[in-house]
Amino acid sequence: MRNFTERALDVAQSKGATYADIRIVRRENQNVTVKNGIVQTLSLDDDFGFGVRVIADGAWGFASSSRLTEEEIDRIAAQAVTIAKASALTKEADVQIGPSEVHVDTYKTPMEIDPFEVSLENKIDVLMEADKEARAVKGVAVAQGTMGFLRETKTFASSEGSYIEQTLVESGLGITVRAVGEGEMQQRSYPNSFGRHQGTAGYEFITKWDLPGNARQAGEEVVALLSAPQCPSKTTTLILDGPQLGLQVHESCGHPIELDRVYGTEAAYAGTSFLTPEKFGTFRYGSDIVNLVSDAVTPGGLGTYGYDDEGVPAQTTDIVRDGMFVGYLTSRETASQLRKTHPDAPERSNGCMRADGWNRVPIIRMNNVSLKPGEPTLDELIADTDDGIYMLTNKSWSIDDKRLNFQFGTELAYEIKNGKLGQVVKNATYTGITPQFWGSCDAICNADHWNVWGTPNCGKGQPGQVAHTGHGTAPARFRNVQVGLMS
Amino acid sequence: MIGKAKLKAIADTVLSAAQADQTEVLVAGQDLALTRFAANNIHQNVSETDVSVRVRSVVGKKIGVASSNDISPESLKRLVQKAETIASFQQENPEFVSLPEPLPIQEVDSYSESTAMCSAVARAKGVGAILDMSRSNNLVASGAFSTGTEEMMVANSLGISAYHGGTMATVMTVVMSENSSGYAADCAQDVENLDLSEIGRIAVDKAIRSKNPSSIDPGAYTVILEEDAVGTMMFYLGYLGFSALAVQEKRSFMSGRIGEKVTGDNISIWDDGFDPRGVRLPFDFEGVPKQKVMLIENGIARNAVYDSATAAREPGKTSTGHGLPAPNTMGPLPINLIMQPGSASKEEMIASTKKGIWVTRFHYVNPVHPVKAILTGMTRDGTFLIENGKITRPLKNLRFTQSILEAFANAEMLGKELKVIKMGFGNFASCAPAAKINNFTFTGTTEF
Repeated sequence: MRNFTERALDVAQSKGATYADIRIVRRENQNVTVKNGIVQTLSLDDDFGFGVRVIADGAWGFASSSRLTEEEIDRIAAQAVTIAKASALTKEADVQIGPSEVHVDTYKTPMEIDPFEVSLENKIDVLMEADKEARAVKGVAVAQGTMGFLRETKTFASSEGSYIEQTLVESGLGITVRAVGEGEMQQRSYPNSFGRHQGTAGYEFITKWDLPGNARQAGEEVVALLSAPQCPSKTTTLILDGPQLGLQVHESCGHPIELDRVYGTEAAYAGTSFLTPEKFGTFRYGSDIVNLVSDAVTPGGLGTYGYDDEGVPAQTTDIVRDGMFVGYLTSRETASQLRKTHPDAPERSNGCMRADGWNRVPIIRMNNVSLKPGEPTLDELIADTDDGIYMLTNKSWSIDDKRLNFQFGTELAYEIKNGKLGQVVKNATYTGITPQFWGSCDAICNADHWNVWGTPNCGKGQPGQVAHTGHGTAPARFRNVQVGLMS
Repeated sequence: MIGKAKLKAIADTVLSAAQADQTEVLVAGQDLALTRFAANNIHQNVSETDVSVRVRSVVGKKIGVASSNDISPESLKRLVQKAETIASFQQENPEFVSLPEPLPIQEVDSYSESTAMCSAVARAKGVGAILDMSRSNNLVASGAFSTGTEEMMVANSLGISAYHGGTMATVMTVVMSENSSGYAADCAQDVENLDLSEIGRIAVDKAIRSKNPSSIDPGAYTVILEEDAVGTMMFYLGYLGFSALAVQEKRSFMSGRIGEKVTGDNISIWDDGFDPRGVRLPFDFEGVPKQKVMLIENGIARNAVYDSATAAREPGKTSTGHGLPAPNTMGPLPINLIMQPGSASKEEMIASTKKGIWVTRFHYVNPVHPVKAILTGMTRDGTFLIENGKITRPLKNLRFTQSILEAFANAEMLGKELKVIKMGFGNFASCAPAAKINNFTFTGTTEF
């Protein structure tokens, strides 16, 4: 690859680029879906190309192509510079990306079993068995199980001298079961909703989560939901399970700490953030027990990698410490920008720039944004709750464009009465305002309950990009939450 | 623009190498560019060139799919072999009947040379018009201006050979002050038909008018929804209810209710890939010509849209040309929705409203209860109070939790003009009017 990367960087600089990088990316996806005993999807997708990003005349340009030839390298590198010069026509100031990042390295996802070496028959057999278990429950109308595997190989080279080769492997699985009644449809998912739970891991991830061993329970729960009463509407104590809390962290913490959003570069699409720079280091985000970190190093996390797509090493950053907001997710450009107003802020990016393939420009994305565990067990937490609701597994989600007002719905919920789980209630929802909600957090379960939940569907950017992020959570309790708004 | 001849040559290479009982090839070509701006500067300016090939191989009732964007003849042959190998590992799908047979397809002209050739400098100058307006009003503009060509060739071993190529130019902007924002957007086949200065003027005007918003209590209000908000509701109605698969699986509001009243008499919604008012697409991803499908007619649920798989499940049904690329577990989808416009102007809607809320658009909308078509989401980029027939003051944004069907049962007035509401790249777009709707439920507020 070096001949191609060097050629691209040489052409870009000869055309006037003051900085250039190139990413050559191949993605191989394997997907298997079994629905009601029929293999609905069996596919292999292979996607390859390269993108050249430059700064010329003090502005950004990016061009990409799926044809890796010397002629196309020349064309695309030149086009990126032409585009950058067009960007410069409207600039108010030159782009600054801070101190140089020079790394020559390789990184591979640690794994025990290469999922691409496991036979398709084996994968289909596992899904068929799970399907059979789920549909053994009377009343289950639809069972849909899926497995997905991704292998991404990418080469990054920059005009500063970096040359980084990475191979990232992801494995994911899930089953969703549905039951329908008069004017009602309920669903239950395992291990998580959105089709699958995913991590940077090999096929051992599939074995660990044991789809066939848990599918019947999902079926039993969904049938019970059909005849359950509606979630009451009231202000009460709320306990969230790990998967739902993972999405709560994603939406109400992960997105507002993206420094590009803070500076308005996503304003027209995804929105901005209430965590504006004057709050950096001074704003109370949550209660004293709330500690959130961003990292790209947790083994198996869906947001785990060696280097980001600007060639910055994976690292860990405190985001909320003892309830105080202390950290952003940054890029080289935004880290440099923050230093202008906050000289104490880190000089370098904390490595959160990722692109959705060769044809997209890197933008700030969550890696693993996680809530640190606390003390009690889940049983102790429930026993310590006189009256409340325990909600499990996300079903619907929405949050405003500064990430303050949110409303979530969950697949399953239980009433809590006198320290014990009570009846199941359906169509459970809760709503709140981010800092008030996290300020009401008074207990987080311990490390035995903590898991990194994969969110493989995070949308952002124009043109649209989908990122894979991780969120480590254990169940937690929140006081005085409005639940059950649905009419 | 790669052109029909080259895409057909790729399809022919695939089909000539195929050994399966039936083979389908979908070739998609893209040459797209997007200039993105924020904080009154262009900050992301990108282009991409790609051709991808997707092969569906059918061996008996076993189906395998493989895709690649390597279009060398050797790679295409390997791709066919890969799809056939996958099919051989498959278990039989007893529901599979056949790939679609060829039907006559009416060609439509969706190409504009000026859009295809639009340069980065031309896009920067267009964006510059918005930025200048924003700066001169001490506001901050962000948004995106995209141009490009997209092509699709679908062919199969039963004789389908369908090609469509076209251009699209899209602009959208959000202009902000410290405590307000305004939105405007437009799209056109020919970039020359986009007036970026007018887009900037609308957004700037709304950002100025929405400064210093005040709160209002949640509750049921009369709303006047601009076209973008109605288009979002139409999209979700299509996503949740108009697919034959959703109806068959009894998760649609149409399940068991075909022929029944589901909205008010003044609501008619159909899907039409040929209507020149929308973004045209003459056939689906299986190469089946698009039919005009009446979905809701004068409030009565009439039909769902079908692909070949869902049609095969019901006697007498044929695909309506709404299939998605294989492998597809979502089922068919209407992507060219049109709502029958009414006769009201927006001024008439305001004048007839004693107390109500003007909504520019919605943000982060998601289903809460699919069967009842209940959605939740936020207002965004220009929310105003209407009192005694006039807009009186800007409002902080509100959260709605509302059944779309109930909202469309309470639509007192519909706008007389349709606007094309584009959903990203591709041919996904709705033609929506503005609407005055009574008893629209807001369930929460936010701080801005």
